[in-house]
Amino acid sequence: MTGTQLRTTVGTDTEFQPRLPLRRKVGAVFGALTVVAMAIGLLTLAALIVDVVRDGWTVLSWDFIRSFPSRRPSEAGIRSALIGTVYIMVLVAIIAFPLGVSAAVYLEEFAPKNRLTSFIELNISNLAAVPSIVYGLLGLGIFVRALTLGPSLIAGALTLILLILPIIIIAGREALRAVPPSIREAGYALGASRWQTVRMFVLPVAMPGILTGTILALSRAIGETAPLITIGALTYIAFTPKSLLDPFTVLPIQIYNWVSRPQPAFHQLAAGGIIILLAMLLTFNGLAIVLRARLQRQIRD
Amino acid sequence: MAMDSAPEAAYTSTTAHLAAVAERQERIRRTLEGGLAQDRRRRVREGVITSSLFLAAAISVLTTAGIIYTLGIETFHFFQRVSIVDFLTDTQWTPLFTEKHFGIAPLAVATLLVSSIAMLVSLPLGLLAAIGLAEYLPLRLARVIKPILEILAGVPTVVYGYFALLFVTPLLQRFIPNLQVFNALSAGLVMGIMILPLVASLSQDAMLAVPQSLREAAYALGATKLEVVWRVILPASLSGIVASFILAVSRAVGETMIVVIAMGNTPRLSFNPLEQMQAMTAYIVQVSLGDTPHGTLEYQTIFAVGATLFLITMVLNLLSFRLLRRFREIYQ
Repeated sequence: MTGTQLRTTVGTDTEFQPRLPLRRKVGAVFGALTVVAMAIGLLTLAALIVDVVRDGWTVLSWDFIRSFPSRRPSEAGIRSALIGTVYIMVLVAIIAFPLGVSAAVYLEEFAPKNRLTSFIELNISNLAAVPSIVYGLLGLGIFVRALTLGPSLIAGALTLILLILPIIIIAGREALRAVPPSIREAGYALGASRWQTVRMFVLPVAMPGILTGTILALSRAIGETAPLITIGALTYIAFTPKSLLDPFTVLPIQIYNWVSRPQPAFHQLAAGGIIILLAMLLTFNGLAIVLRARLQRQIRD
Repeated sequence: MAMDSAPEAAYTSTTAHLAAVAERQERIRRTLEGGLAQDRRRRVREGVITSSLFLAAAISVLTTAGIIYTLGIETFHFFQRVSIVDFLTDTQWTPLFTEKHFGIAPLAVATLLVSSIAMLVSLPLGLLAAIGLAEYLPLRLARVIKPILEILAGVPTVVYGYFALLFVTPLLQRFIPNLQVFNALSAGLVMGIMILPLVASLSQDAMLAVPQSLREAAYALGATKLEVVWRVILPASLSGIVASFILAVSRAVGETMIVVIAMGNTPRLSFNPLEQMQAMTAYIVQVSLGDTPHGTLEYQTIFAVGATLFLITMVLNLLSFRLLRRFREIYQ
């Protein structure tokens, strides 16, 4: 038995051809392909930014930011859209952040391991992947019609809150999970209750991660167009909302409105709006990075 | 004197000591039973906090219930007026015309076509990028490139719509003269680039979760890097990779603004990616932009289309999560 095995091994050994140069060459080609794939992504991003800046650079001015939209492209601006976006952003942030963090804390620190908890978890993962336009239909059915809020600022904000809550919860849970158990044990050893441990020991450590996740979720909300169109947000509006029940528009909707017109002059306005939108998102993400770095340093000190 | 008082002192100190011990035991007993007022207060507070945190988590269940309720009730009304057989078999979708047809096929085929194009772009490129990030690039370079790639996922979709309509389509028209202004091809290509980071990121996570020992074993047998990737890493992380693919399909099916802006708003049953057509999401947006009164058939159609969309994406999502869970069970 061992004899035959040995002989076959020896037999194949003599026939074995490593062909190493060929295998290495194929490997190098494949490695180059992976670089090409990444380069395609990066080049598209570069092309997109260059294209938008080239098209929209000329319309950028103080008047563009200060003016209301107009039928005459030379007089049109993004005032109502920009103010609507800021209002929506503030409303979404102050409601979604506490709710999202509470849910994350519950699921990560308090929830018993049972069927209900795993159902909630599965549900949240699914909600994070539901198309945004479905949230628009939900907002239309519940907030706009059933609660008779109309296509108002608050209805738009509530719709977007439901849209980004799963994202905040998932990011929050990841941040909480990254807190080492020794920190919790330190709290319990001092006689702190579960909530006291979470509030005084765990949350401060997890806060940078939670804030970063929240800011990323908020930037998703700023860029959303489809759900707000679905709940009936206006595409042309020449005033700023005065109350929560007033109609509104946001920057992405204004951009869509301009893109969907045939005249090139409006396309330039759309590009200008996109530059402002991307600049806002970039500032936001920069803020997230700075905030995270600063908070992390504080905790280490 | 001293001899007399010593036992007496010892006696009193023992009683005091016993009393103290008894008191402490009582205190411990009451603390354990929650009898102390302070402790009771703490318990009540903990209970209140736990249940309010639970309520925050329960909002997600309410959201799903709300989605199912709103979509369900309007879809129910819709199917009372339109037969489900027509909905599934009719080849025309003309609810906004006088001669109404309610076949979902043109919208569904358009969505399928544009998603397939997007998948043809994002699956190979995303997987290659994931392999590059996880296995080929030095860690430092990968840490720089990954966040830049992920910017692609953070760009608002309306911006991609602009890019597809005003950059990609004119560019492609130079090579394909009969390409229409609105077409599925540019929309699909741009959507594929948008989804690329999702595939790359999730697949890379799956590959990084493969134990280092498997790699080392393969290298020790004399495998080259490509052979390690192809014969060890990919099979080992397959369920994670497939999960990322499925999630990507779900993203593509639900994508809205790119198809609204760049693919057109004419519902026609066509498999030609050079022509304009209307995706399911685009129809919902088109109707929402108009003034559709509550209760009309047009109003109900968007919920019926939305329900179809929700069902498709939910099945895909759950399938993807199931694969991911199985994958985690193997390696964690």
